[in-house]
Amino acid sequence: MPSRPSAGAGRGQRRPDDTKLALLFIFPAVIGLVLFYFWPLVRGIWLSFTSWDLLSPERFVGFDNYTRMFADPVFWNAIWVTLEYVVLNIGIQTVVALVIALLMQRLTQSTLVRGLILAPYLVSNVVAALVFFWILDFQLGIGNQLLEWVGLDRIGFFTTEEWAIPTIAAVNVWRHMGYTALLIFAGLQAIPQNLYEVARVDGASELRQFTGITLPLLRPILGLVLIISVIGSFQVFDTVSVTTSGGPVNASRVLQVYIYENAFAQFNFGYASALSVAMLAILVVVTFFQYRITRAGQTDLN
Amino acid sequence: MTRAHRTRTARTSSGKRSTWRRITSSAIAVGFLGLAGCAGTGGAAATTSIDYWLWESLQLPGYQKCAEAFEKENPDIDVRITQYGWGDYWQKLSAGLVAGAGPDVFTDHLTKYPEFVSRDVLLPLDSLEATKDIDESGFQEGLLDLWTGLDGKRYGMPKDFDTIALFYDNAMLEEAGMTAADLEGLQWNPEDGGTFEQVIAHLSIDANGVRGDEPGFDPANVETYGLASGGSGGGGHGQTQWSWLAGATGWKYTNADVWGTEYNYDDPRVQASLEWLFGLVDKGFMPSFERVGTAPNPQQQLGSGQAALSPDGSWTIASYGRLEGIDLGIASVPAGPIGHPVSMYNGLGDSISAQTDTPEEAARFVAFLGTDACQTIIGEEGVVFPARPAGTEAAIAAFKEKRGVDVSPFTDLVENNYTVLFPVTTHGAEILSILNPVMDGLYIGNEEVSTLTDVDARIDALIAE
Repeated sequence: MPSRPSAGAGRGQRRPDDTKLALLFIFPAVIGLVLFYFWPLVRGIWLSFTSWDLLSPERFVGFDNYTRMFADPVFWNAIWVTLEYVVLNIGIQTVVALVIALLMQRLTQSTLVRGLILAPYLVSNVVAALVFFWILDFQLGIGNQLLEWVGLDRIGFFTTEEWAIPTIAAVNVWRHMGYTALLIFAGLQAIPQNLYEVARVDGASELRQFTGITLPLLRPILGLVLIISVIGSFQVFDTVSVTTSGGPVNASRVLQVYIYENAFAQFNFGYASALSVAMLAILVVVTFFQYRITRAGQTDLN
Repeated sequence: MTRAHRTRTARTSSGKRSTWRRITSSAIAVGFLGLAGCAGTGGAAATTSIDYWLWESLQLPGYQKCAEAFEKENPDIDVRITQYGWGDYWQKLSAGLVAGAGPDVFTDHLTKYPEFVSRDVLLPLDSLEATKDIDESGFQEGLLDLWTGLDGKRYGMPKDFDTIALFYDNAMLEEAGMTAADLEGLQWNPEDGGTFEQVIAHLSIDANGVRGDEPGFDPANVETYGLASGGSGGGGHGQTQWSWLAGATGWKYTNADVWGTEYNYDDPRVQASLEWLFGLVDKGFMPSFERVGTAPNPQQQLGSGQAALSPDGSWTIASYGRLEGIDLGIASVPAGPIGHPVSMYNGLGDSISAQTDTPEEAARFVAFLGTDACQTIIGEEGVVFPARPAGTEAAIAAFKEKRGVDVSPFTDLVENNYTVLFPVTTHGAEILSILNPVMDGLYIGNEEVSTLTDVDARIDALIAE
């Protein structure tokens, strides 16, 4: 790391040591970080070893919460449901966003179109969920009315176990695809045009250009986008809470919803903290592997 | 209880309804009593403020009048009423109790107060001057017992009670060639459903206009269901959905009227009752889970003609009364194998927070809330049935006069003692979180009623902890 390049520049006059000043500047940010990130993290981990209901003082219970968690079928179900959601959500979303980004780059530079594509992201999650909840209502929803007109059977999108998670995943794809597309689009802009020109001179097809130039050079951005969106996807809560609240039965009881229920409906803050620590562990592992696999920290452009 | 139907929707305190409620209730951030201010300006003497919380917006006007009457008698006390929607209410209450900023007096619920008692956040009413001599005979029978803790102390002043009955539309009966008299004295049993199932069948109509008791009825293509669906009932022990069916077999929730230590979900009678009820879906007499979802609305089903009979709680009378184009009638739930109809019997109470700085003043207000004077005011609003007989009478008259409905199917059950108490036990919230997914599974049809035997064992183990 090149520290203070001016130091020892040969003028024979050392600059005054500004470490103190630097610390002073960092100080406000450190306070925020410690107070709002590290302290809650440490306290959350501590709470996971206690039994606490908010009203009476917390009681240390060792690993009780964790043994209970590993034996809890609803917890394991929540893990699987969450994974199913993440795979569907991220899988569809990334492909759709990539296609939209490519179309934006190759077909139009119109700001209006870019704005329109971002529009769903401007709608709050809860509003989007409620709107789709009504559109897809079994009885009254226009979505089911359309299905009927086409001659298909009505579908209980939010009320059958098979459809609940795919539907919720699709609602969130709709909301996030524009935003993801914009991030990827920015990555596409950063790829030098001359590479494509050279490829075209050599007679490479569109597909060959995509697999040979676009994808490899987009990898760092794509990796970053994946890491961010996967973390966000694991934390799905509001859409589920607004539409199915975890049902039917446990079909959409994702981990965050289960944590929330334990903490704020049953006041088992100790157990909810243990579940949250499990979530943290999963995210750390997932992010670590994603980072390694996509080599998001490096670029092939140099 | 306004009440488990709320717990049903807001049960996990997540839920779409609670979000709605959050949105609407923030709009109703009600607060202050105009008169409270006036009373304060009158006297030079220092006044004490009492914070009182409730969750039912329909009841707010009544309690404001009550508080005004109380302030007239007690010029040294200001009462401030705050109303939050059900979902927000319990979160704000818990947060308030943790932060020491909760109300002095608040409306309490049977599923919640046992946990408050075990955490020492309520003052026993017997320990306070104004409320220590509760007139035991002054309330409808059984209500005081609901609010008596395991330690024998009273933690709530009964404020109202509720029961279940069937709502229907007279016009729909007429079309079916029936009259209100045909809904009287119905018999039900879990084997063939008795005359009750015959009525439900006759009131069900498929897309071709064929009735459920006629040949050629298509259960997969129904326009009007005989019985409305309030969901599986797992979020509130089936209060409106099936407590009246299971209860009419002689079944009771727990091994004691209050503070039972064992639930009876392993009893074949409750399992048979549920099997009959959820079996109506395949017969085309009740909407499926797929159709009504996790937030069923029986009022809407009746109002839109999708269902003919809607079993619901007495706290919804006012809402049913507002349905457009419905000639509303109320009938008793059917009699069961036990020989008469049975309804869940449940009620709310007012509790005093242990954190209050002015326990004696709070007790004076709670004592007043439990008097005929206040409960008659509440009754006259025509929203709920107050816990004191005088208040109940006022409510019956108000319902007749204001909404033109005869509410005796609700009150007769109490008079005749045909009731089963809401199960008051420890671990209320956790028990419902175990029960709810299983009940949904039964309703959907991918679980057998016999799984309730395992569930019962899990619940009993939880209580035994």
